Amino acid sequence: MPSSSDSRAADPRDLGGPIQPLLKVRGLVKHFSVRGGAGKRRVVRAVDGIDFEVRKGETLGVVGESGCGKSTTARLLMQLIKLDAGELIFDAATVGGQQLPLREFRRQVQMVFQDSYSSLNPRMTIEQSVAFGPRVHGVGRRESMARARSLLDRVGLDPQRFGGRYPHELSGGQRQRVNIARALALEPRLVILDEAVSALDKSVEAQVLNLLDDLKRSMALTYVFISHDLHVVRYVSDRILVMYLGEVIEIGPAEALFERSAHPYTVALLGSMPSLDPDQRTEAPPLVGDPPSPIDPPSGCRFHTRCPYAEPLCAEQKPPFAELDEGHRAACWMVVPGSQHSQAAKAQCVDA
Amino acid sequence: MSDLQPAAMVETRGLKVRFEQAGKRIEAVNGVDLSVSRGEALALIGESGSGKSVTLRALMRLHPERSTRIEGQIEIEGRELMAMSRGELSRLRGGEVAMIFQEPLLALDPVYTVGQQIVEGLRRHRGLSRSEARARALEALKSVRIPSPESRLDAYPHEMSGGMRQRAMIALALSCHPKLLLADEPTTALDATVQIQILILLRELRRELGLALIFVTHDIAAAAEVADRVAVMYGGRIVEMAPVRELLRAPRHPYTIALLASRPDGGLAKGKRLETIPGSPPDLAALPPGCAFAPRCRHAMAICSSQLPPSERIDSEHLVACHWAMGRSDADPYTQPRQEERMDR
Repeated sequence: MPSSSDSRAADPRDLGGPIQPLLKVRGLVKHFSVRGGAGKRRVVRAVDGIDFEVRKGETLGVVGESGCGKSTTARLLMQLIKLDAGELIFDAATVGGQQLPLREFRRQVQMVFQDSYSSLNPRMTIEQSVAFGPRVHGVGRRESMARARSLLDRVGLDPQRFGGRYPHELSGGQRQRVNIARALALEPRLVILDEAVSALDKSVEAQVLNLLDDLKRSMALTYVFISHDLHVVRYVSDRILVMYLGEVIEIGPAEALFERSAHPYTVALLGSMPSLDPDQRTEAPPLVGDPPSPIDPPSGCRFHTRCPYAEPLCAEQKPPFAELDEGHRAACWMVVPGSQHSQAAKAQCVDA
Repeated sequence: MSDLQPAAMVETRGLKVRFEQAGKRIEAVNGVDLSVSRGEALALIGESGSGKSVTLRALMRLHPERSTRIEGQIEIEGRELMAMSRGELSRLRGGEVAMIFQEPLLALDPVYTVGQQIVEGLRRHRGLSRSEARARALEALKSVRIPSPESRLDAYPHEMSGGMRQRAMIALALSCHPKLLLADEPTTALDATVQIQILILLRELRRELGLALIFVTHDIAAAAEVADRVAVMYGGRIVEMAPVRELLRAPRHPYTIALLASRPDGGLAKGKRLETIPGSPPDLAALPPGCAFAPRCRHAMAICSSQLPPSERIDSEHLVACHWAMGRSDADPYTQPRQEERMDR
């Protein structure tokens, strides 16, 4: 498995070697109970049995519509909420097990959220915010502050000028830089970016994306990059994972996923990107209606209610996660050779 | 007022909007001239703080009167907006000019059904009876392609999904058949699959109803799907305005050029650095005397920070406000515009 970072070989934290995925997710489930009409309790199947791995040094993009479980997955990976089922294996050690207690895991995995303002303590200067993590994890006051200043410098904020400021005295882009610095303060190996650039203006977004790229190289980081902006995901990701109603429906190398999308949902999602060419405007929307609710999701393939190729089989049986190519998998009956689906034989690749 | 039908649906001249806030004066809009004809779609694009939404809201006089100072002229079909009485204004709002917002959940009233809200407007503006209004409300929901419109009439906003709510808000806005629709980031909060549906809907409705549309967005791609012309705003001014094709293919203002180059669009090789615009958007309480973009501009010259570049025509439909684009320099500040240097495709 190619690793995009050469500094990795020298990383003493690397226990499992380059082939061992940094994070392995197995059978992850999270259901929320909500009050439905007439006092009935209903279950939101936010994340419903997903498996994937994050390779060392890569950027894994995660896309899907709202309600597909992207953010719940992020919170589960961080263990900010309890898993109902499933396990996480971080560099060959089970998270929460003896080898890797939760506290130790959290030091190695950090997260940056969309809302740069609400994720910073308004009563702390940004220097204090960045130094807070190391302090909690037992680094001395002076050293924590020194580390905070050097990190602020690294994310492009002059510590002399900005260190003593409060979050409200900064612009959105500057605050997001602070959040990135804070996430890096404990020298994590995995950073989860949950819509981290989505609230930024385009010109500032480009600055932050470049910064993330620099940091990834220099600090041997691995990213899970969650975004609804498909252009951005394509640009930053090595591999992309597509979620629909709590399930992973396609995963593969970024180029393969964009050029040879296999799942009809991926095709529709990518076809929904506005074209930048006024002479080639999108004539008809690839999908009609909104995604169905993750409460009582459809049977079989969850996409069958909106899928232009749906057949009775799709409503009856859940498709397997079939491999099309090296590392490119999709959960659709059409890519399963010899399945009952009428398009199965020729459907190596679905054209929009 | 003249008897002649003016060609422009909306026209602003020298529009300035200032807010007084805690002793600070925020100069949000600093001299905007724009004109939108009947049936035309103009996109106002820019970053937060560029003045695009403030300009849009000024066209309906939605800013609080006490803390806002508006200068310049705004004409809606030749009538001076700033001179309108309260009665005239409320006939205008919703009747002739309607607006849709980014967050339908905030814009719709949570304690009334969608049907009741549409009926209210129709009875007030068009004097319809309750049953006539209900029939028209149903038509309005059908026109925005809401599935099973009959039952949606009696639904509350919270019972609908985001895309459905946005459709309901468009139905509400269009129910009185306005001539001008103002849309403030109408698709920003939506998923990509729903966003494209709403963009296509707006395009179709505009064609069907002959509606003039002013569409505020930060997303050039969304503008490219809907607009005929695009105006790029920065620091409360229009820095460039052109037909959408022209703007995308031959941008002239350094800000527009940089904005287009900073998009990580398809085809951009992974690993290639994104073009960035250094620095951050200007402080509207302390705008520089010259061009507001000068501190971030790679082509900035001394005249840029001292002298405000006027808006000048490159050709009949392409306007730009930039000393550099017009071929001026510090040594030679008043030369004629240089030869067209087209950057086709």
